Amino acid sequence: MADFDLESQDGRLEALRRMVTIRAFDEEAGDRFADGEIPGFVHLYIGEEAVGVGTCAALKPDDYIASTHRGHGHCIAKGLDPKYMMAELYGKADGYCNGKGGSMHIADVDAGMLGANGIVGAGPPMATGAALSIDYQDRDQIAVGFLGDGAVAQGQVHEAINIAATWDLPAVFVIENNHYGEGTPVENQHNLDNLSDTAQAYDIPGLTIDGMDITAVAEAVSEARDRARAGDGPTIVEAETYRYRGHYEGDEEPYRDDAEIERWQERDPIESFRDRLIDRGELTVEEFDELQADIEADIDAAVEYAQDAPAPDAHEAYEDMFAEMPPEIERFASAARTDGGRPGGDR
Amino acid sequence: MTAQVESELETETEELTVREAIRQAMREELERDEDVFLIGEDIGVFGGVLEVTGDLYEDFGPERIKDTPISEAGFMGAATGAAATGTRPVVELMFSDFTGVAMEQIMNQMAKMRYMFGGKAEMPVTVRTTEGGGMGAASQHSGTVHSWIAHFPGLKAVAPGTAASAKGLTKAAIRSNDPVFVFENKMIYEQRGAVPTDEDFTIPIGEAAVEREGEDVTVVATQRLVGESLETAENMADDTSVEVIDPRSLYPLDIDTIVESVKKTGRLIVADESPLSYGTHAEIVARVQEEAFFSLDAPIQRVGTPDTHIPFSPPLEQEVLPSGDDVREAIQRVT
Repeated sequence: MADFDLESQDGRLEALRRMVTIRAFDEEAGDRFADGEIPGFVHLYIGEEAVGVGTCAALKPDDYIASTHRGHGHCIAKGLDPKYMMAELYGKADGYCNGKGGSMHIADVDAGMLGANGIVGAGPPMATGAALSIDYQDRDQIAVGFLGDGAVAQGQVHEAINIAATWDLPAVFVIENNHYGEGTPVENQHNLDNLSDTAQAYDIPGLTIDGMDITAVAEAVSEARDRARAGDGPTIVEAETYRYRGHYEGDEEPYRDDAEIERWQERDPIESFRDRLIDRGELTVEEFDELQADIEADIDAAVEYAQDAPAPDAHEAYEDMFAEMPPEIERFASAARTDGGRPGGDR
Repeated sequence: MTAQVESELETETEELTVREAIRQAMREELERDEDVFLIGEDIGVFGGVLEVTGDLYEDFGPERIKDTPISEAGFMGAATGAAATGTRPVVELMFSDFTGVAMEQIMNQMAKMRYMFGGKAEMPVTVRTTEGGGMGAASQHSGTVHSWIAHFPGLKAVAPGTAASAKGLTKAAIRSNDPVFVFENKMIYEQRGAVPTDEDFTIPIGEAAVEREGEDVTVVATQRLVGESLETAENMADDTSVEVIDPRSLYPLDIDTIVESVKKTGRLIVADESPLSYGTHAEIVARVQEEAFFSLDAPIQRVGTPDTHIPFSPPLEQEVLPSGDDVREAIQRVT
């Protein structure tokens, strides 16, 4: 996958492309969920694009990220293909996880994406573990653990950061403070104004930055990456951001009003970055419109691909439990392979 | 005697305790594969609270024998993430009672990653932990929780009852690309037995051993109760011919070996230290009735811990812990 950073014009345009892709993907995912085409539930990343893309712009292609339940943006920021992501949301065989993960568990370990995660606070331990492998094998990589503001209250997050800090592991913890843990405001969940102040407990750097500004995110994570690679251990980067949509689609949002949403939208991360690139003469309005139209067409194509993709075969339900399938599962798998049904006897 | 046991006996062996056998298994695998490292609380300089890792730290150093903070969820999570990204961690969870502290990492991450990701994550992690009552360690350090893990999809569970199986199963667990829990019973660490010296000796996960052949009744026993059942069988030999099977693996379970035995004897005792309700005993009983219902000549008997925690006071502890005497009484009820 192509490397990109904010140092070159091509990199900046690629970052803009990824941000626009995230928004188009998630708007489409929201619509398709509302239409009943996408099963389960979806958590959309709209409004937070600068955090995921800014972070990944500061990473090398083979660095790891461990994501959250709101993971679509991280996937696209890391370079995953919306076509196979959409197929996964549709539960299709061609999805990244053969349809077995869905929105909350999209992963592509080979691309360094260690999975969206349905458990709040599960990303940091995963990142600490990846950083442990990197450190143990002396590889030139780092691991980023994304977490929301709500996850900062989780015990496993503390344990993961403590281990990474104590062992100087090459990890970076990016707190996406979107100001609500599900429906509860951040100030009702924590006794700190800046969640990055938790870093003091581990004697590591912690900084709170504007998460609506992709440049600020990329700079902070880049510095944290350098520090991690130098063997100086992890950094906590708190990016202040905002989700425009509910916690999940269908959330009636009794906990906030439209005026608050509009205040944040005035600082929209895509519009502000677009305008900056236009001001610098790196992009014209027409070129942006063209880019947006191209991306929307790509997302439409991804939806069509997902709609037409085959459903997984019945036996797929039994595959991938283990590297070596035990007889307890094999009898169900083999029955499903031959006639698509389940074996007799106990169930 | 099965071919498996015969071939084990034909190989060159040495006398080791269960503790030494597990340590030797780890030593050999650390030497064999540099992606293997140990991680847990006080397993380094301290040598492990029950002295299983012992002197490994002296030979392999802090990079490969990693002492963690007291942070079960943290290091279980780190081991899970490490296993998914190219290394092969061997976790020591000091007491199995601490499983609950790390359970989120075990059940929602370690057990589910490969499946949720459509097979695109490897999970070559071993978790060693110690179970069982008998040393006055009281309720939070004496539990037997292997039924939880064997029950949970996506995890494999083994529970050695002899020094040879302790070594062979530990090595198989470390070489496996699946998450495998090795449940060590703390009361048999000093039990001695012949252990194959071959560095490639492993016991396939999912293969039971017939430890003693008999005709009248089958005893399926695990961990400490393997040795105690063998002793009981020996003591009863004049009157009753007892076959003793150690399943060795709880999941997957080698039901074929058990069923074959029950078809011969018509009687079954299941002896396992875990609590009696909803667990290992029930699983074995259910599978035997599925495949050998019409071979049974008597009701199947269970020997286990009544549904209590393990009390501290030694006489109370002995009251609830299952023993070879309980196995004898169960045999006498059905023969």
